[in-house]
Order: sequence, then C-alpha cells, then structure tokens
Amino acid sequence: MILKMKKEDLSAFLESAKEWGELWGPTRKGERVAFEKVETLSQMDLKATRTIIPPKKFLYPPRFTMFDYDDKGYVERTGDVPNRILFGIHPCDVHGIQIMDELFLEEYKDPYYAERREKTLLLGHSCIPDDKCMCFATDTEFIAEGFDLFFTDLKMFYLVWVGSSRGHDIVRMRPELFSRDIGKDDIMNYTEYRNWKSSQFTSKADFTGMPDIFELGYNSPVWEELAEKCLSCGQCTMACPTCNCYNVVDEVDLGTVEGTRDRFWDSCMFREYSLVAGGHNFRDSRADRLKLWYTHKLQAYIGEFGKPACVGCGRCVATCPVDINVVSVSKALKEQEVGK
Amino acid sequence: MKRLCVVVDDREVEENPYQPEMWRIVRRYPLTNDVNFFQARAVDVDDVLKMNYRPGQFIMGSVLGEGEAPFSISSTPSRPGLMEFCIRKVGTLTETLFGLKENQTIGLRGPYGNGFPIDKMEGKDIMIIAGGLGVASLRSLLLYVLDNRDKFGKLVYLHGARTPGEMLFREEFMQLKDRDDLKCILTVDKDDTGQWTEREGVVTDLFKELGPIDAKNTFAAVCGPPIMYKYVMQRLVKLNVPKHQILMTLERRMKCGVGKCGHCAIEYLYTCMDGPVFTYWDVLHMKELIGKGVSDNVIA
Repeated sequence: MILKMKKEDLSAFLESAKEWGELWGPTRKGERVAFEKVETLSQMDLKATRTIIPPKKFLYPPRFTMFDYDDKGYVERTGDVPNRILFGIHPCDVHGIQIMDELFLEEYKDPYYAERREKTLLLGHSCIPDDKCMCFATDTEFIAEGFDLFFTDLKMFYLVWVGSSRGHDIVRMRPELFSRDIGKDDIMNYTEYRNWKSSQFTSKADFTGMPDIFELGYNSPVWEELAEKCLSCGQCTMACPTCNCYNVVDEVDLGTVEGTRDRFWDSCMFREYSLVAGGHNFRDSRADRLKLWYTHKLQAYIGEFGKPACVGCGRCVATCPVDINVVSVSKALKEQEVGK
Repeated sequence: MKRLCVVVDDREVEENPYQPEMWRIVRRYPLTNDVNFFQARAVDVDDVLKMNYRPGQFIMGSVLGEGEAPFSISSTPSRPGLMEFCIRKVGTLTETLFGLKENQTIGLRGPYGNGFPIDKMEGKDIMIIAGGLGVASLRSLLLYVLDNRDKFGKLVYLHGARTPGEMLFREEFMQLKDRDDLKCILTVDKDDTGQWTEREGVVTDLFKELGPIDAKNTFAAVCGPPIMYKYVMQRLVKLNVPKHQILMTLERRMKCGVGKCGHCAIEYLYTCMDGPVFTYWDVLHMKELIGKGVSDNVIA
C-alpha cells in the first residue's frame, strides 16, 4: 500500500504518532549525527546522510543485562524496554535490520532482540547519497519491506509505503492526512526521484566476483599489508549495521553470590576474540582477523544467502582511521596492491 | 532446557535459549592431575529423564559468578539420567568449577551442535581415534556404539596419551581390551612409570596393527591435538577412507552456542550450529577450520 501525504503534515502526523511511544530521530551535533530522543520534527536533521552508529543499537544495545542470578539460578531480565518510534531510517539501515532479523529471530529466537524489535516502530525516510554511499553496489538503495512506514520525499509530497499492519494502525491515527489519490504526476515524480538518486553516487565500490577473488586471494600478501595499517580498534564493527558479535560476562556483587549476566558488543578485530581457555588463539594475527571480517561480509555471506552482508551504508569508509573498509579492501584484492 | 525437553505435542515452546537450568554435581573425581570427571543430574526431577542428546554434542555450562563456557558431553544418551563431563582446569571458570563439591549446583543449557551423524554411521565399521583430551567427546560415541553394538559393524578404538598418568579413563579403557566385540589399543608417547603394559609410541603407529580394513564402509571419528590430526588424516586418506566419512570435532571460543555471538564463525559456518563435528572434506575446503599445516599440500 502506497499513500500520499503533504509535506507540511509530517509534523502533525509525528505528533500524533507519539501516542505509540517515544520519538527518536537523527539529530546533528556539529559534525556528528546520532539518533536522539526528540519532541518535534524540527529537532531532526532529515538531510543528514548517516548516523555514526546504525539503528541496531536500539534493537541490540551495546550493553545490557540478560539475567540476574543468585545461588538459586538465573532469572531472565526482560520487560523493561520502552516503546520507541525510530524516524528517518534509510534504506541501507532497513536492509541491515533485515539481516539482523534473520540472525536473531529465526532458529533459537533471541528474546532480547525480539522484545526490542516488537517495541520499535521503524519509520523509514529517503536519503541523499554522499561520496561514501555505495548501496548501488550492494543492491540496497531501495527497500520494499522490513519497515512499518517508509516516507519518500518528492519535494511537495511524501509517498508513504505502508509496510506492516501496525504501520497502518499509525496511519489510521490521522487518516485525514493521507490520500490514496496517486496520479500521473506522482508516478513521474517518483521515477525522476529514482533516476536522480541513482545518478548521485560517486563511490567506485564494485563487489562483482568477490567470492572468487577472496578465494583466489586467500594467501595474498595484501592481507599482511593491510594488517600493517590496521589498529585493531574495532570501530568498523561497532559502526557496521550487520555486525552482531557479542561477549558475555558475569558481574558479581562483591562478597555475595549474586550478580548479573551482561552482554555487550564484541569485535572480531580484538585480539581476544578467538582466544580459548588454555591460551590458544585461533586468530592471533591481525591479518587473520581482518580476513575473517571481510571474508564474512563479502565472500561467505554471498555464498550462503546470495547477497553480501554489506548494505553499502559507507560507515566503515567514514569511520576507519586508516582507510581500511569494504571499498579499499575489495579494490586491494582485485588489484593486488594496497592503496595509499 | 531448550533442546533437552521442550517438545510438547511436537510444538516447540518458545523459551529463552540462553536460560541455564540448575544441575547438581552428583560425583566428581580426578582423572589426572588437571582433569576432573563430573557427573551431574537435573535438580528438577521432571527434567531428569527427558534429556536427549547425540554423541558429539556439547552443552554451555555456567559456574555462578564466573560465566559460561562450552563443554563436550562425555556420557552417552543410551544411559540416561546423568550427564558426564571430562574437564581440564585451564582458566578461572574451570578453577572455580574444580572447587565445587558434590551437591553444589551448576547451570547447564543445551545440548548444542550437530553431533556425530549416527544415522549414517549405523551399519558401518567404526574407527574411533582419540588423543589427549579429545576423548572427552569421543567417549560418548564409543559408549553409544558399545550400547548399540548390533547396529554397527566392526569397532576399533585407538587412544593415545603422553604418559600413562595422563591417560584419561585409563582403567575404564583397560577393561575394554578384554572385550571381544571391539579392538581397543592404547598407547603412550613415553612410559615414565616402567609399569605400562600397553603400546609405546604415537597413535599413528597403531595403524599397522589394524590389518585390512573395508575403507569405503568405514567411518572414522578423530579428536585430539592439531599435530595428531595432521598425521592421522594422512594415514586415513592413504587407507582410502572417504574424506566425507572422516569426522573430527573442533573447539572454538563460544559465548552463546546458538549461532548468535559470532565467535566460533568460520567462513559461513558456525562451529556451534554447523559443527562441532566436521568432515575432513569440510576441512579441506574451509581453510580456517584447522590451522595451517593439516590441509596444506593436499590436492586429491
């Protein structure tokens, strides 16, 4: 279902939608853009290309408690999550959430992710690509499902995709703001918008043939050269919308046997990532850890699901302090040379 | 526990897959200097006989305040009621675990992983080759085959340890030597006691005692240190045991056991979900599965 809405009505619509839960959206603080809790549309920056951290942090917080325990056993901690409306999610990030959904909601459903997913309304918004965007290369520049509502900005109007029953319920809070009256001009405007968006990309990203190139380049010296530069800081994994790895620790209240079992984001770039008790480390070298990440995103996932585990958001390009990212690594493997 | 007992009328009840259930340590004794044998029983009596697992699977074990780690199951599902583990003291969690006494509790969840492909192995000759702590998971398979002896062909059990004192389940396996329904050969790298009555040498030296084997009809299950894999694989391939019938169980860091935390990922596989039992064919085309050296230079 696709509806039409006047642009000036968005503010009133969001005001009504707040009845469902807290409103969160992209806000700007100097150079940085982050999802923050807001009261009004005017606090958001809908022209910002990307937030530093993807919206995964709402579905899968950087740190949270899984269980409280004492000598009787472990008691699940769920139920303390607020209802949230995330407004302004871009197509790449919706694709990222769909990859997370596959991982967390299929076999062995994760109750912590499921609860937050259930209590989070995803309201997508069209975007303006910059020089780091490469969703054209990962086939994620548009999105047909996975959101509750998706707003495409066509200058005077929004075209609003209704992606779920509960998205439709939000529309029904203010039915007078929406119209089904979509005419010839709207279709032409939309076509023009798609063409315009596709013409905006300047990135040279090209992931064609990556599975074979990774296989051929498994022992390439390029990996060592990249490892020389890598700082193992793990920022790429924190910023990546499809990185899900986590660690678990038990915290103990001093002098008792009570405590919490906490879960927090981990990174395969960290040296301890594959370290087992007894001291054996399956990926002691930085080159092996880099290889794991890029192999996972651009080779293995394609082999398994027919698409890369990269949604082209450009966050690794924007984040890595030493220019190691999906573009530079795939290029280095293809050309057998690490760029300066 | 999720996989152990949660099938009600064929509908799986949705539960927290990370929820540990409390188990009571029934029995515990040292097997060697740094390895202990643990027997545990579900605290909730209703759960005791509902548990089911396959040889080769593992559980996630919690020690209060120390966290959670994966442990191979050493017992066989053909002897229900108790679960057994063979655990080496290697870190803080196992250090605390070794300090627990009988009737104290631990948290368990599982079982996880694929386990050995028992259905495919039935009717075939079985070779089990254990080195060091590798026996922790292979004992489950060995006891399972012995308990279902008529479902399998010939059974060979080869076990190597560094010294007699370091041989896990030494007395138990010594008794197997007298049985006529399997060939059980034990060896140590070096006899430092002067009283060792069995073989001396590495486990591959035992192959010459096997006589002719029906390679195409054989499943080999191998677990041990990396160096052992390297030489055992060479011998098995030379004997023409099909690569997809050579099974090995692998170890990785794991924080969830259910394919979520990422630590045990190898290319597109998760050791916890797609393993820990892999075939030698998997190893040949998954470069990271076993360290360098095992699969190098194999083109066949």
